[in-house]
Amino acid sequence: MRLALIAQSLAPPEKVSSCVRDDGFCPDWIVNHWDEYQSPFLEHVYLSAVTVAIGFVIAFGLALLAHRRRWLTGPIVGITGALYTIPSIAAFILLLPITGRGNTTALVALVAYTLLIIFRNVTTGLQNVPGEAVDAARGMGLTDRQLLWKVELPLALPEIFAGLRIAATTTIGLVALAYLAGAGGLGKQIAAQITFKSNVVFAGGLCVLLAAASDLLILGVQRLATPWQRAAR
Amino acid sequence: MTEDPTPSSEERPAGAGQAATLEFREATKLYPSQDDPAVDHLSLSVPAGEICVLVGPSGCGKTTAMRMVNRMIDISDGDILLDGHSVKDRKPAALRREIGYAIQQIGLFPHLSIADNIGTVPKLLGWKRDRISARVDELLELVSLDPKETRDRYPAQLSGGQRQRVGVARALAVDPPLMLMDEPFGAIDPINRERLQNEFLRLQREIRKTIVFVTHDIDEAIKVGDKIAVLQKGGKLAQFASPAELLMYPASKFVEDFVGADRALKRLALQRVRDIDLWKPAKLRVGEPTAEARAKIADSDVPVPLLVDDADRPLGWLSDRALAGERVERDLRSPAEPIVEMDSILRDALADLLTGETRYGPVVDGRGAVQGVLSLEVISNFLHAAPTEARSGAELVQEEA
Repeated sequence: MRLALIAQSLAPPEKVSSCVRDDGFCPDWIVNHWDEYQSPFLEHVYLSAVTVAIGFVIAFGLALLAHRRRWLTGPIVGITGALYTIPSIAAFILLLPITGRGNTTALVALVAYTLLIIFRNVTTGLQNVPGEAVDAARGMGLTDRQLLWKVELPLALPEIFAGLRIAATTTIGLVALAYLAGAGGLGKQIAAQITFKSNVVFAGGLCVLLAAASDLLILGVQRLATPWQRAAR
Repeated sequence: MTEDPTPSSEERPAGAGQAATLEFREATKLYPSQDDPAVDHLSLSVPAGEICVLVGPSGCGKTTAMRMVNRMIDISDGDILLDGHSVKDRKPAALRREIGYAIQQIGLFPHLSIADNIGTVPKLLGWKRDRISARVDELLELVSLDPKETRDRYPAQLSGGQRQRVGVARALAVDPPLMLMDEPFGAIDPINRERLQNEFLRLQREIRKTIVFVTHDIDEAIKVGDKIAVLQKGGKLAQFASPAELLMYPASKFVEDFVGADRALKRLALQRVRDIDLWKPAKLRVGEPTAEARAKIADSDVPVPLLVDDADRPLGWLSDRALAGERVERDLRSPAEPIVEMDSILRDALADLLTGETRYGPVVDGRGAVQGVLSLEVISNFLHAAPTEARSGAELVQEEA
């Protein structure tokens, strides 16, 4: 069986195997065609990374604003929460007349989805900073800005990283739908040959792998950034 | 201080390495939402290098009063002067950097190593790395922690007592002329608290800071305070006095109750045997003519004569038979126990008397020579007589008559 498969894969390209003709799951086909997935994969990585980066900058800024002016927390959660509930397909279609087809539309919608997650986590992280550490810091003469950057944000890092992990995983999944807005990525690749099992399984698998890898990567960075967490007995 | 790059004169810790005087001048805190002030026209002054304890029941405004000093709480009315200058004229952050701050919950930064925790304020003041590192080691040793073992650890890796010491070390980092301590030993178990209090007092003998110390525990106040300010509800000063004065002359029913029914015992803890009037014993030696001995006994305060050796060291209490002949003989009715030292705390001496062989305790000096006799009556007289000391000499004479 194995030998037969290898023999098939070595056959000239114009000769299509029965497996492929039947839209089956054909490892040999994947081995021969994996380079076609390289650029959709990189595009997927790019869209996800840019989404999370922009989403983080906006949500982080909003969280700092809400940290200073507590009354803003409610309205921000309300607005980002409303954005979060819009079905992604609807968002893509609603944005089409404004931003047209392409990456921009996808990014606008995708960023909107990350805001609630990241804002919530940064805010929770800042709220969970031990009150006595804040009191001691003030009593020692740290200014509000020093307090924020030297005490509050470092201590909020575990929650902030947790937010980033959820946002990244969610985004990688949603980017698979971005082809509906005319953007690239693995979703476009899936849609192009949606009945071909080899294509769907491989492109989908890459999505899952990417999500898992990004989760591990962020977790690794968190470990490095918060050495005190492991020190606690 | 010369290598310390100070950006402006205001950033420099004024009087670093020295102690500051602190004065509350009608200091008042009134919260807008409340009718009664939290601190009500508080006036008191603390000389440089002394520990002033703010003590009182919860809600008496003691912590509020302390936090007004470094402007963690703003002063509504009146003023607080640090070395004669109003704290209201200072930028809060700059002011706080020159005032050590230690709180009950300690508030170490969990994400920073012990060294970085202690080095926080020096770093804010722009000290060089080497200088901070040297200072950290110096401070860790000062609070009896091993620098090598401690400096790179995180707060979560230390015990409660160790964390508490790091908190004190951090408050001392830039050698502030004033320290604020809010129930610094409140979260420590009683046995370790006692030890930390002793260490704290030993430390204070070395560093001689001006310290405002907040506690709700009157025993702690009496133990650590040079002066005690008793506050009562509404932030009113009920009494400001030394521990001994407070115990002897409580200014009001409130203070008397707060100090506790056992204030007599507490006073004994503040006095040494040498501080009180002892009885004069008849010190007899073997072979002494009985007639002379009888004269001595008549002249003494103790009904029983005490046999001593050539160096005046006590040997025991003599029986009646010892004086039956021409000369004093060695015939003891009981050993000379307990022997009390001049430097003993009166409360400990009382305990010795209560458990000893006799109820008379020969008091000896450093060389072991008898200087007097302590008895329950002596202590009782001291406790009763003390309040009259403040009266005029004439009154005292009348009472004796």
